[in-house]
This record gives sequence, structure tokens and C-alpha cells, in this order.
Amino acid sequence: MVAMPQPDADVLRRRQEIAAALSRIVPGEGVITVPTALKPYESDALTAYRQTPLMVVLPETVQQVSAVLRYCHEHGVRVVPRGSGTSLSGGSLPLADAVLLGMGKFNRVLDIDYANRTVTAQPGVTNLAITRAVEGRGFYYAPDPSSQIACSIGGNVAENSGGVHCLKYGLTTNNVLGVEIVLITGEILRLGGKHLDAEGYDLLGLITGSEGLLGVVTEVTVRILSKPTTARAVLMGFASSLAAGDCVADIIASGIIPAGLEMMDGPAIKAAEDFVHAGYPLDVEALLICELDGPAVEVDYLISRVCAIAEKHGVTTVRTSNSEEERALFWAGRKAAFPAVGRISPDYYCMDGTIPRKKLPLVLERMQELSQKYGLRVANVFHAGDGNLHPLILYDANKPGELEAAEALGADILCLCVEVGGVLTGEHGVGVEKRDLMPEQFSETDLNQQLRVKCAFDAEHLLNPGKVFPVLHRCAELGRMHVHHGALPHPELPRF
Amino acid sequence: MADLLEPQDAASAVEAVADALASRTPLELTGHGSKRGYGRPVAATRQLSARMLAAVDFYEPEELVLKAGAGMPLAEVEALLGKAGQHLAFEPMDLGPLLGGPAGAGTLAGVVACSLSGPRRPFAGAARDHVLGIEAVSGRGDLLTTGSRVVKNVTGYDLPKLLTGSFGTLAFYTSLTLKTLPAPERAVTLVLEGLGDQTAIEIMTRALTSALEVSGAAHLPAGLAGYSDGASRTLLRLEGFAVSVADRQAALEKLLAGVAPCRMVEGEECKALWQAVRDVRPLIEPAASAVWRLSVAPSEGAKVMARLRQALGVSGYYDWGGGLIWVAVAPGFADAGAGPLRAALGEGHATLVRAPEAVRAAVPVFHPQSPALAALAARVKDSFDPENLLGPGRMVAGSERARG
Repeated sequence: MVAMPQPDADVLRRRQEIAAALSRIVPGEGVITVPTALKPYESDALTAYRQTPLMVVLPETVQQVSAVLRYCHEHGVRVVPRGSGTSLSGGSLPLADAVLLGMGKFNRVLDIDYANRTVTAQPGVTNLAITRAVEGRGFYYAPDPSSQIACSIGGNVAENSGGVHCLKYGLTTNNVLGVEIVLITGEILRLGGKHLDAEGYDLLGLITGSEGLLGVVTEVTVRILSKPTTARAVLMGFASSLAAGDCVADIIASGIIPAGLEMMDGPAIKAAEDFVHAGYPLDVEALLICELDGPAVEVDYLISRVCAIAEKHGVTTVRTSNSEEERALFWAGRKAAFPAVGRISPDYYCMDGTIPRKKLPLVLERMQELSQKYGLRVANVFHAGDGNLHPLILYDANKPGELEAAEALGADILCLCVEVGGVLTGEHGVGVEKRDLMPEQFSETDLNQQLRVKCAFDAEHLLNPGKVFPVLHRCAELGRMHVHHGALPHPELPRF
Repeated sequence: MADLLEPQDAASAVEAVADALASRTPLELTGHGSKRGYGRPVAATRQLSARMLAAVDFYEPEELVLKAGAGMPLAEVEALLGKAGQHLAFEPMDLGPLLGGPAGAGTLAGVVACSLSGPRRPFAGAARDHVLGIEAVSGRGDLLTTGSRVVKNVTGYDLPKLLTGSFGTLAFYTSLTLKTLPAPERAVTLVLEGLGDQTAIEIMTRALTSALEVSGAAHLPAGLAGYSDGASRTLLRLEGFAVSVADRQAALEKLLAGVAPCRMVEGEECKALWQAVRDVRPLIEPAASAVWRLSVAPSEGAKVMARLRQALGVSGYYDWGGGLIWVAVAPGFADAGAGPLRAALGEGHATLVRAPEAVRAAVPVFHPQSPALAALAARVKDSFDPENLLGPGRMVAGSERARG
């Protein structure tokens, strides 16, 4: 388990005083301190980690957010922001000495602007609610994380969430045009807006995916897209993951960017089919779901090309959806893959690394070896188009040592992703979960620069501490580099 | 000529910055130097150029990724990708001719540092959306690795986005990793003639809000010499697989039936039209005029332009469905018309892309920010370049001097 920062005893002692002060800012039931009422906030979707927060504060206006943060800044109180609490990496895991700032009451869509193809929403609005608000006019919001029914758009910005359609339509960062954020000092800033680029440094791009460490998002403007006239999916079964992987490479090399391109391995196919009866073939080792969207003639044309490519790679089963119901059914198995695996194992641990796609056969083989080494089964679902792997490690938390073994296996898998040229996390975030693995991907120099950026926003490390970065240097320690009288650290090196 | 350093590899780039640190010598970061006139004048006598860092590390079309030395000429990148049927989907601009230089010069680093996105931006994303990783030397002399070679990556802060569009003020790029995409099989453009600005914006909006995947929407008001001499021209581009383009072309013609006289162009004529829109060719002459780039909510475009015409008598045109406005201000106006122009803008921002050096030194070239935002940006700059050695003064007035 990952260790969290030592609680500040002085803050714990001042709990009542802090609660009273924050109650004056957020009156009524905006400050929760009763232990039973704090219970639901103890963890997010990374449920292996739990911690009761110092208190929960539920502001309703940006002025309240600003005043709460200013108070916490002035009084040295840590703050953990939280949207819907669906983070899979512990991004909103509370701290014993931190205010948990719940943004759930920011739940209104503020503006729908079809002419400019934008929606402006408060951060607590769910991802799916944005699409629901505009689908009557034929529009949708493209990023679609599988938790979209619950996850909030503010959380999506914090985590730069993806989804099965980001191969063609991009991640959150490619679909956000503007935000209002509040810094830990209480300063309220607007970045971007309805126009298509921001002036000055791309702080909007920096904020997106910053996991709640740089500021609290209080408003989001996203771009919406016109819904494609047609979408159809093709199911393709292969005798080996290698053949399926080659097929994926060939589809993309031939100039086709599908709306979604997913792969499942044997154990995942079986678990999903047993659960939802999507009609997946059970005699294959790898299944591809390839979705194509656009005008009907384009979709038909591309389906024929994709099927021809699949033939070349020895596809054993091909089915093409002929109705919306059938397309939904093809996806149902994939989208239920996590709960389906949950049925065949008491517990599972979901990983999230990205690899260069061509390394898939190697990574699958090495994962098989790791699985045997740790004596734990692994099922794989894979955003094959963009190389984002979701190995699901099956374990039983009631068996002594299995959680630790699952975590160790997970860490080995992520290190493997980095080793082959990929990254620790493709869409779930570093959070608490992968925090201590950061040095696998980044040098100390790289991490220090990221920490200095953090210091530019939050010099005292009060916002969401203990997440993303393994060691919290004080900003002063990272400090300024002084070169006195031309004396360099390495005078022996040749110079220009 | 100022002192010019051209490191051959990342290690020598690190040394060059370390040496500048030791002697407190400010550095102007360049590629080919074709866009040195974009931004405020840099207070540096030494240039650090990426031009010798021009090798391809890898290009894997089936993985949609290119990693190359930052100084690789853009033209070479485009030719390399073209051979594999791919391109940079953000359609990088070529600012050379507008700034008085030749066409086709410039490096990958220049495109990324100046964040130059072309007409396809509303449909395909901006430069920042296609930069996956950057290796660069910070003003501390640290060689940094940011991002990666994969598209899906949320590990740590998204520093490639921060470094993109930083105009050589945060770090010296040594290598860039970009997302490549299949180039469209066919492109056609529907040209409508004689529309007024407001109507044109409405027509572009109608096209962009349809499901027809319009990948370019520009309006050239009447009177742009060589481009819309007699009547205005509104351009709507469709790209993709031939079978799809034909289908959407028919649907677009149906959608806009009776709006205005129109014709369809393709091939070289289509390409040339969009290159002109992309590279601001309609405003190159007269060369003495100042050229501004305005980013606004697309639906506001015509209103903003009307105010600018009234205040400054500008000529100009629209891209991005109305969201990007290019205008030329005649030389008679003080400060290139900055005051009245920004007052007329409303929401959005305005950047002075072409003006004499003295004007660019006197006027905020980049849009002034709120005090809190400007202070944050300064802290971010400080985090990469505490001695203010990289491109001092390029983005913000009053930051010309390196720290004492």
C-alpha cells in the first residue's frame, strides 16, 4: 500500500475551529463533520484505499469555493477536491487532515450554444448529462469514459478522461475549450472560452489532467459534435492475439481511423459472454470490435475494407451489426467486461497502461509469464487502436497476501509498459495508485520540473497532496539555481 | 550578426544553455529564424538554433507517430509523411511570406513553438492536440523529457501542451514527437459567391453544425485583391474517402440550395485556395500594413469585423467558421491600432502578427492578461527559466532583461 503524507497534528487539533470558520462561508448543511455522514466519502472507485476526511465541505457558488480555498491557504489546511468520486486511481482519496471539497452541488448546465457548438456546464454535471442535454438537436459530447453515467465533467477535466471513442475524437483535453478555476489562494481565473485557442501559455492544456493538484475547476466549456448519421460495428474473432494485433496495425496503416477499435483476450471474452450473452464467439483467443461512423456509404465502404483486411489476417468469425440494437449488443459485452470479470473472481484489480501498439504480442507474452509467476489470473481488455491496455488482475482479498501480490503484479505490468516505450497510465490517472511508480517513467530532473510547475500554482502543496508525486520536496528546496560569478556545477565540461 | 550557436545534439544544447547561464547571456531560441518577426523583439545577442537537430528518430505510419529533431524542416516532414499517405492534420501554417520571407522555410520547432494551426483546426484540432512529446532544455539547463510517443497518456502534467505555443520562452526543443494521421483521399470545396459577412457566418454555421464533417469554413469578403476582387467568396471544404466526399457534397449542395451562386473546386485549385487562407496570403500586400490575428467565438465574427471596419477601416477575412479573423490595419494608425482594435474585440483575444519592430516593442503583441493570470504565467515561466534567459521580452513587455 502507498503511504500518505503524515497528518498535521496541529490541523487535527483545530478541527472544530476550521469547521466553524468554513460553516460561516458555506452555511446550512454545507460542512459535514458527523462521522456517519463522512462515511460515504471515505474512498473513490479505488476502494482498496480508505480514509475518513477531516470534514467534507459542499460549496454551491464559485465565491464560496474561493473563500474556502483562501481560508485553507491562510490557515495551512490541506484540501482534496472531489467530483463524483469515480476515480480508479485514488485521485480523490481523502486525507485525515484535509478538507474534502465536494463539487456535487455544481450540477447545472449553464449554456448550450449550438451556433458555436459549445456547452458550458458546472463541474458536477455528469459526462452523460451533457450529451443528454444536446442529443435532441442531434449533438453529443465525444469523450465517453465507461463511468459516464456517474463521472462528472469537472472530474473528467481533472483526469483528462478518455473512452472508447477517443481514437477518432480525442480525449477530454482535445474537447475542452475553456474553464474557470480557483487557485488555492482563492484567485478565480478564466482560461479559454468559446473561441478555439487561448492567449499566452496553454494553461488550459496544463490544467487538464492535473489531477486536482493545480486548482479547483468551477466551470467547463466543451465542444459538442454533430452526431454521425450512421454507426456500425464489426465483431472479428481471431485464433491468436498476434493475428488480431496485426489486423489492427493493418487497418490503421491503410488509412482508416475507426471510431472505436477494441480488443479482448480469451478470458475476457468468456467472462463477458457468460455475463451479457452478446453472441461473442467462444472458440477464439482474441476478439476485435471495430466501429465505423459517418455517412452510410462511407461506413459500408469501410466495413468492406476492414473485413478484407481481417480476411488477410485469418479472421475466423466476422459479424457486422445491422441495427442499433445489434451494435449496442456488440458493445454491451465490452462495456460490461469489468463487472463480468467481477463475477468470476471475488476481487479484481484494473490496470491502465499504454504501449506502442506493435509491442502488444511481446507484452501479452510477458504478462502471461508474470501471471504465472504471481499465481494470479489476468484478463485483458484493450483499446487496441491507441495502445491503451486494461489488464484485469483476478484475486481474492480474503486470502492473505493476495492483494499485495495483485498490486505487485500490477506494478510489474506497468513497468513493462514503460520498458517497451509506453506509459504508466493512459486514462485513469496516477493518483495514489501509481504515484510511487513515477520514477520508472520520469527522471528526477523531469519530476522536479513538474513539481516546480506545481509550486507555481500551489507553493505550499496544500491541494491534493500525496497524489501523483512520490516525494514532496518543499518548493524552496527545488529553489532557484544560482550561478555565482560564472561558477558552474561541472567546470570540467567543455563549453562553446 | 549576433552570436549563433547550432548544437548538433541534445548534450551540446544542454552545454549551450549552461554556458549562457554561467555568463548570464540571454538566448533567442530559433529554428531557421523564419518567424523571428513574430512576437516582441527579443533582448538577446546570442541565438540558439535547432537547425542542426534535423534527423528523423523514427516514423511509424502504422503507429501514427513521428519523432524527429526539432530543427527538421517542415517541408521535409510533410514530404516524408506524404510518401506514406499521411499528414499533420492540424494543417500547419506557413507564416514566411506574410513576414516577408520565402514560402516553405521553417522548422517543426517553429510550428510547435508558435502553435501554428491551419483551417482544419475546428475539425481536427490545433497543433497542441498533435504534439505527443517534447524533449527540451529548460532555462535551468535541465534536459527534460515530457509526454511520450503514445496518444493516450495521462502520466504527470501535460507539459507538451504547456511547451507548445511558448514561443521559445520556456525551453529549447531538441526533439518533437507528433501524431500523424492519414491524409484525405479527396478534397473538394464549395465556393459560394456574393454573401455578406453575417449571412456567410450563418451559412458556415449551418454547414459546421451539420453531420457533413466540413473540414474548412472560410469567408473572404469582397475586395481582397486577387482573391475576392468582385464578389465575396465563402469556402466550405469536404475531405475524406472519395465515396464519402461525393455523398456529402451532394448533401451539402442540397443543404445550401438557393443560398447563393456556387461552384465546386478540387485538385490544385482547391489546394491553392486553402493554402492562401491558411498562410494569410490575401493580406500580404500592402506590406506596410500591420496584420492582426483575432480569436473569437465564431458566431461573433461578423460583429467584431464590423466594429473593426468602423474603428480602423480594416480589411480582412474569416477562417474557422468565423472564429479566426485576420485583419490588416493601414500604416497611419498609431500602435498598429492596438487600442481601438482590442476595445472592439469583446471576448476573445488579438495578436499582432506583423508590424515593424518598433511597434512590436511598444505594443503588447500578445493579448494582455488579467493581473492574476499574468502573475501565474510569470510564475510558470520562472519555474522553467528562473534567470529569464530564454527569449526575454518575446511574449511579455517589461521582461526584456535577464535577472540581475
